[in-house]
Amino acid sequence: MNKILEARFIGPDVKLFKVEASKIAEKKKAGQFVILRVDENGERIPLTIADSDLNEGTITIIVQGIGATTKQLNTLETGDYIHDLVGPLGKASHIENFGTAVSIGGGVGTAIAYPTAKALKEAGNHVISIIGGKSKDYIILEDEMRQTADEVYPTTDDGSYGFHGFVTQKLEELIKSGRKIDFVLAIGPIPMMAAVAKVTQPYGIKTMVSLNPIMVDGTGMCGGCRAYVDNKPVFVCVDGPEFDAHKVDFKILLQRNKMYLPQEKDTLEHHVCNYDKMFDAAKRSSINTKEVENV
Amino acid sequence: MSELSTKERYKIQRHQMPEQDAELRSKNFQEVNLGYTIEIAMEEADRCIRCKNPVCVAGCPVSVKIPDFIRMIADGKFEEAASILKEDNALPAVCGRVCPQEEQCESVCVVGKKGKPVAIGYLERFAADWERNNIKLKEIKSSPKSGKKVAVVGGGPAGLSCAGDLIQMGHDVTVFEALHEIGGVLIYGIPEFRLPKEIVKAEVESLQTAGVEFVTNYVIGLTETIEELQSRFDAIFIGVGAGLPYFLNIPGEHLNGVYSANEFLTRVNLMKSYNFPNNPTPMLDLHGKTVAVFGGGNTAMDAVRTSKRLGASRAIICYRRSEQEMPARIEEVHHAKEEGIEFKLLVSPLELIGDEQGWLRAVRLQQMELGEPDASGRRRPVPIKDQVETIDITAAIIAIGNGSNPIISNTTPELIVNKWGNIIVNEGNMKTNMKGIFAGGDIVTGGATVILAMGAGRSAAKAIDDYLKNPESW
Repeated sequence: MNKILEARFIGPDVKLFKVEASKIAEKKKAGQFVILRVDENGERIPLTIADSDLNEGTITIIVQGIGATTKQLNTLETGDYIHDLVGPLGKASHIENFGTAVSIGGGVGTAIAYPTAKALKEAGNHVISIIGGKSKDYIILEDEMRQTADEVYPTTDDGSYGFHGFVTQKLEELIKSGRKIDFVLAIGPIPMMAAVAKVTQPYGIKTMVSLNPIMVDGTGMCGGCRAYVDNKPVFVCVDGPEFDAHKVDFKILLQRNKMYLPQEKDTLEHHVCNYDKMFDAAKRSSINTKEVENV
Repeated sequence: MSELSTKERYKIQRHQMPEQDAELRSKNFQEVNLGYTIEIAMEEADRCIRCKNPVCVAGCPVSVKIPDFIRMIADGKFEEAASILKEDNALPAVCGRVCPQEEQCESVCVVGKKGKPVAIGYLERFAADWERNNIKLKEIKSSPKSGKKVAVVGGGPAGLSCAGDLIQMGHDVTVFEALHEIGGVLIYGIPEFRLPKEIVKAEVESLQTAGVEFVTNYVIGLTETIEELQSRFDAIFIGVGAGLPYFLNIPGEHLNGVYSANEFLTRVNLMKSYNFPNNPTPMLDLHGKTVAVFGGGNTAMDAVRTSKRLGASRAIICYRRSEQEMPARIEEVHHAKEEGIEFKLLVSPLELIGDEQGWLRAVRLQQMELGEPDASGRRRPVPIKDQVETIDITAAIIAIGNGSNPIISNTTPELIVNKWGNIIVNEGNMKTNMKGIFAGGDIVTGGATVILAMGAGRSAAKAIDDYLKNPESW
């Protein structure tokens, strides 16, 4: 059981958790992830470690409530427990002084881009951070990035904040303005990462992406997380999660991530259905429905 | 009770294992074999002719004192029978269910020379089950505390067997497991209908009662390195298993619907996806669908029978050799056939075919025939020209074995492994090239059986005990 020392929403459906996990905090390097289960019967889901605090013995994870498990996780509050947590898993990001490095985070991907941006800065890079979101509310970790990166460019699809457009447009603008860019790390939705790869390829800029396939054990045992890089299968949990963006088959990655969409829908309905039952029962038994609504 | 003569013993026929009806069981996950009753067990035990030189013991990878425990069953002393088993075997209820007895103890049984061998496996299962159901866990008698600490890496058969012996030898033992449950392949791999998880849990509890400490969710190499373990333990046993599934290397393995047997079985067994959505780990809906399983070992049988239980209308074993070469236990093949599993023998998959959205739709199978024997001594399958068929399938499960997991070797550069990543040990004593570090089981041999891993765990425990008594002897 891992105690949650801090839980707060940092964006719509996006929640930050500081969780007690001293051993993982001690060992983790930028780019690595944990696998957690919310409760005893829970699904094992991978989440990248956004930050850690050695003194507190905590790690920070940032969760976007999309599926049944992440939505359930996001109902937890400070003082609650995560049933179990294992890590740090995967290989650490390859960090060196490339010169000028651009760190791109799309939506909750910024949570994953952040620790690597920090490591790139510590290695001596001039770090440019592009953080994208649908609108202003979806821009996360801007303050943290500003403390880390040399330049920070928020972008929004609707123009409600910062640069009006996609992260790729901002990146292209920087490249075309003649800025010498030596390295790009892009983390976010699969179409975004694929688009970044397309932008940098003609310029021959070394570009890495962090992949987010479906996993079970996270230690190489099941092979469910296989992705295709340079037309060869890799196990993202032990060979990655970071790979050369110009070699990743994003189409297969996207298809494979849709494998359980019909079931995901069922689970969400199942949860909603349970919620409705609870709500009805509460109404009948005159329990304060507010309490149930907060479940 | 007067003693039976050898002649009388020979006259008793081998007792069949009572089992769940095939039609019924192919729709549930309850155990197939129901176990001997007391009466059947005692009568079966009377079939043992108590050889002066019991070759069956030599046929057992952990040298269980077979005639001794069987004699106790014949005498109705079931608790004593179980105690004798546990002196050599940390997991008798497991081995009684999953060991390939027909290739080991029962294959050399003298009674079997004239008729059918004594049902050693069924009797082992009986004694272990009787004890679990009738006797409260008790402290296992162990040697005085040595004050030495041993880390066991991996909570599967090799690690559990090693831990069971070490604790009896008086050492402090801590088992580190990467997953959230102890048992390794016994938990994630072997299905409930063949090995109920309650039994594994009971065996683990019995080790806990004996003093073994278990740490779950702890990946040695990542959460803590071997080097770090060295500073707080006097010796280390690495038994992390094979655990890196092989794929077929044919086109289409990226398609949705293609699983490694490890993933498929882990979702169902460890994560209980058959109970979806109460257990929220999903599984493809196989109701009324066709599932093809590639391979001919126990894992393939487990996967194909699991598919049937998940509602598949056709569950097919596709194996590239003939039934004779199948490595699976005879009982599993027999049970599979009873449950309506189809066997396509002498076929090799050429290609998995998908639709535009990336979903598996069909497989192209090449018909094979047996040629000359290969390195394994089995006749090599060779393709028959122009004999290719395509069958529509929704899921493909690949059960052709495992490579070695890279986590420990990647994070322990000093440790010597072979070109396949298997840890190299001195065969007699399981010593690796690093002082105080031993290894055994699938990570050394490549994918093998539960009992061979347990045998390796035992040999390592003995070698570790010797080493701890005299560390200078390394």
